[in-house]
Amino acid sequence: MTEISTVGVCGAGTMGAGIAIVAARAGHRVVLYDTKTETLERAATQTAGFFGKSVERGKLTQEQVDGFLGAYTRTTDINALADCDLVIEAVFENLVVKRELFGKLNGICPAHTIFASNTSTLSITEIAGGCGREDRVVGMHFCLPAQLMKLVEMSPGLNTSPDSFRTAWAFCEALGQRPVRTKDSPGFVLNYFLVPFNNDVIRMVEAGVAEPADIDRAIKAGLGYKMGPCELLDLIGLDTQVLLCEAFYDVTHDARCAAPPLLKRMVAAGHLGRKSGRGFFQYDKDAMFGG
Amino acid sequence: MNTFQIIDAGESRSFPLGDPFRDAAGDSGDILVFLGAGATAAYRPDASKTAILVELGTECLGVATGESRGEEGSNALGVARFRLGDGEPSDLIELVRQPATDPKALDAAKALLEGAGFQVSVCADFAGRILDRLIRPYYNEALAKLDEGLASASDMDLTVKLGLGYPEGPIELLERTGLHHHHDVTQALFEVYGTKHYAPARRAKVAKQRSEQGS
Ligand SMILES: NC(=O)c1ccc[n+]([C@@H]2O[C@H](COP(=O)([O-])OP(=O)(O)OC[C@H]3O[C@@H](n4cnc5c(N)ncnc54)[C@H](O)[C@@H]3O)[C@@H](O)[C@H]2O)c1
Repeated sequence: MTEISTVGVCGAGTMGAGIAIVAARAGHRVVLYDTKTETLERAATQTAGFFGKSVERGKLTQEQVDGFLGAYTRTTDINALADCDLVIEAVFENLVVKRELFGKLNGICPAHTIFASNTSTLSITEIAGGCGREDRVVGMHFCLPAQLMKLVEMSPGLNTSPDSFRTAWAFCEALGQRPVRTKDSPGFVLNYFLVPFNNDVIRMVEAGVAEPADIDRAIKAGLGYKMGPCELLDLIGLDTQVLLCEAFYDVTHDARCAAPPLLKRMVAAGHLGRKSGRGFFQYDKDAMFGG
Repeated sequence: MNTFQIIDAGESRSFPLGDPFRDAAGDSGDILVFLGAGATAAYRPDASKTAILVELGTECLGVATGESRGEEGSNALGVARFRLGDGEPSDLIELVRQPATDPKALDAAKALLEGAGFQVSVCADFAGRILDRLIRPYYNEALAKLDEGLASASDMDLTVKLGLGYPEGPIELLERTGLHHHHDVTQALFEVYGTKHYAPARRAKVAKQRSEQGS
């Protein structure tokens, strides 16, 4: 089994920045790569802020953090990933973009390097297809926010070798994460259940069965969930839910996965959830109304 | 607070004998509560009451009150305390209203139930109300995906607990509360809605057949 010491993360957005923190915190050398300088700068600020809080809360010492940050580089040059033993991509959720990236990396990284994809909806086998090392590509789906959530859904593609999968799994455990094994299937476990469930909730609101606050109360009190689905949708962003629906419907052709008309109307009206101050509920800064 | 009287019409899933809610009931009251499997059949209109509550199973309140032109509604409301199979009843009561339900009756019913310590979600009169309508497709999918080998039962359960913060995964929850009970509820919804997501999953059918043969 290959020893993983240097980890590359492609895409410094919401997920990539968090994944890079997880890898750095576990003592790896980290190279964070993005095509945009401003995204890398934002990730640097977020990372410094996150580690700063960890020191304040006594979870880490300043010496530890200095060590992590000393081994953490950011770059817009893809060639800087040449020394990586494992590269996790968290770039746009687009098959062409991900395939192109792995194709390029195949020419840059050594033969032993494992490529992992953080895709939420695409097929690992399809992402790996034609990249030149299909046997060394695995699915590694972190949850938002990656730096706090332990779960990682890990999926082998049809051509993934057992050895690559074992190496990636051991790496994931060594990060302090909790991997679960799923098939290379749309949405793996989490999104496969969540996306249509949330659509059913939206259709229920649309059909006038119950108000969002009543639905959330029922789910929390009846099932002991920490968050109601309408609150969760507002947090995820209704525009993101539309994108998830499009990706899911495309591969499943399941009517439950199609974006409900109310969802599309809300997005058209600018009711995107927390980020726009209004979704199923209204928000004033971080305070919630309407519950 | 309003006083209430319970009229038993069979075994109640929401408020079984010995449930504290029953202790507060009197021999008369301005709210009548029909409880039990036969509650919809036992219901009689009584306009002199502030509200009449009728316990519901998978059926609609309209079965008790009748429906016409989408304008039905009176002082009668449906109540169902959410409970999964053999699990304990939850604190959640789904309070079912019709299009023209008297707002005063709704307010009085809500106040009575909240005063008794329940969380109340108001919903319209549709089969499965809020919770069963939302969760049964999820349970059927989980059972089907277990058959297809998407993930092991324990990984599937762990995924929703760690990833979504659910207190329990679908497989452990269904096995704890009785898969055959899930079969009965989802079968009833399948008959109403006719969409495949309510069709009982294979594992639920097997559990039902086993319970019918007494094993
Ligand atoms: N946001 C979530 O909740 C979530 C959760 C789990 C998985 N994911 C998955 O993670 C991936 C990233 O999602 P995100 O929310 O972080 O997106 P994001 O838009 O916040 O970040 C994507 C980043 O990738 C960069 N990028 C795009 N193409 C690139 C390329 N060819 N090379 C290098 N960098 C490139 C962009 O500049 C951007 O900074 C997606 O596949 C998504 O499905 C997202």
